[in-house]
Amino acid sequence: MIRVENLHKHFGGFHAVDGASLEIRAGTITGLIGPNGAGKTTLFNVIAGRLSPTSGRVTMAGEDITGLPPHALFGKGLLRTFQIAHEFGSMSVRENLMMVPPGQAGETLWNAWFARSRIAREEEALLRKADEVLDFLTISHLKDEKAGNLSGGQKKLLELGRTMMVDARIVFLDEVGAGVNRTLLNTIGDAIVRLNRERGYTFCVIEHDMDFIKRLCDPVIVMAEGRVLAEGSADQIMADERVIEAYLGTGLKNKDAAAGATA
Amino acid sequence: MELLNALVALANYVVIPAVAYGSQLALGALGVTLVYGILRFSNFAHGDTMAFGTTIAIFFTWAFQGLGVTLGPLPTALLALPLGIAGCALFVLGTDKVIYRFYRRQRAAPVILVIVSMGVMFVMNGVVRFMIGVDDQNFADGARFVIDARSFRDATGLDEPLVLRLPTLITLVTAAIAVALLFWFLNRTRTGKSMRAFSDNEDLALLSGINPERVVMVTWIIVAALATTAGVLYGLEKSFKPFVYFQLLLPIFASAIVGGLGNPVGAVVGGFVIAFSEVGITYAWKKVLEYLAPTEALEPSGLVQLLSTDYKFAVSFAILILVLLFRPTGLFKGQSV
Repeated sequence: MIRVENLHKHFGGFHAVDGASLEIRAGTITGLIGPNGAGKTTLFNVIAGRLSPTSGRVTMAGEDITGLPPHALFGKGLLRTFQIAHEFGSMSVRENLMMVPPGQAGETLWNAWFARSRIAREEEALLRKADEVLDFLTISHLKDEKAGNLSGGQKKLLELGRTMMVDARIVFLDEVGAGVNRTLLNTIGDAIVRLNRERGYTFCVIEHDMDFIKRLCDPVIVMAEGRVLAEGSADQIMADERVIEAYLGTGLKNKDAAAGATA
Repeated sequence: MELLNALVALANYVVIPAVAYGSQLALGALGVTLVYGILRFSNFAHGDTMAFGTTIAIFFTWAFQGLGVTLGPLPTALLALPLGIAGCALFVLGTDKVIYRFYRRQRAAPVILVIVSMGVMFVMNGVVRFMIGVDDQNFADGARFVIDARSFRDATGLDEPLVLRLPTLITLVTAAIAVALLFWFLNRTRTGKSMRAFSDNEDLALLSGINPERVVMVTWIIVAALATTAGVLYGLEKSFKPFVYFQLLLPIFASAIVGGLGNPVGAVVGGFVIAFSEVGITYAWKKVLEYLAPTEALEPSGLVQLLSTDYKFAVSFAILILVLLFRPTGLFKGQSV
């Protein structure tokens, strides 16, 4: 579905992504892990069009999408969520969802004044859809709450809800689990699995919680220092020497030293 | 009787002028605040945008007057206002296409855009003077008074006159309509919500179905409409002189910042705060106090004017500094500057 070829993103002398090549196959929930500073979020930002790459190519189902602006990618069904959940804080949860679908009639200055009934019909449909999504995510009771007042985990659910307002093909989730309590994390995990199975969404998930990764993701891609280090099932990855090294550092090969450092 | 006279004097010299001036500032500040909230820079060219829109409206007013087309007792300028808005919108959209868009694409820092807008300001300044000259222009016509001094005195028997000029009334009514429309638009329409969304969280807006170029375009059109309306009302009520519009930049920014930059409600409230402070501090309170003093001995001997009217801009400036020192996000939580 998404193929990244020899992608570089340099900030001055710092090579955040340094020749990464990887593939996210359609229908999978691909995990993307790696130590802090491995370039995962930068990679997301480049794929999702927020940053333009220094060099390299990104293709989606064979089509070159390198450097397209975010709203164009959104139109192609490529969506993302953020490490720190983003929301339109001054609007209600429902309004947040209703904002999502592109090309609404109410978008033009003319229609806003002169095509009221058409807009009303459209809003009606959007409202129903938004309520369905909130039902699916089990947060219907929050629909009129201002999005700015939600808890961290609820915001993450809202982010997921946003992807359901349009027909997403691939969704990039940046640390959905960060700062979310266990119960809510399970809700989020369930929603991801159901979206994958029932609606055929492809996911690419950045996550630090290995249990979460193990439960959801296959395959798992490991990044370190801006490159892809390893790829495989969660179990394979966790047994991989190179991965352990990347996480704990080369100086700590000795198990005792590693134990000493974490004690 | 004394108390009534004091109230009438207060209404005539303080309340009515301040409300009119406040509505003009509010419309101006709304434009500044929208640009700040959505395009994320302080638009120094706003005063000259007002002057530009007003200039176009004045030309059309003169043309209508020449053709003998009038609105009866209402000023012809109201007829020319939509055309002024259209002209101003085209000019502003052109400016955006040629200048601001380039910097937006570069993701330039806000401070760079501020300096860019100063450049635009100087150019617009020149364009306006080139078109209409530097002098005072008179374009008001129609009836002059709703309530004039003599008929008010005859009707009430009070010593103090109350004057309500038609342009003042038009200012109030038009500003109220404009503000109501704007708030309806921002809160009830998809376009308005997109604009608010863009202001809330630009990153997210870009990653939703919101077309940023369209949001920017709509913002500029609305800003042009607000600026032209504010400019024409100010010109009708007082007089049109390009330099005065350039000077209005200070109280307009003070209004927007006092209310909280990026917050439309704040811009309206801020406009009135600034207007009432400016008028209240530069008004000679002697007359009102004379009516209120119980004995002659207590009547003030001086003018009881805190500041000469020459210093009226110092009032906005002082308020601006106080707000920035003690409450940088403004009265209604805007973005801090």
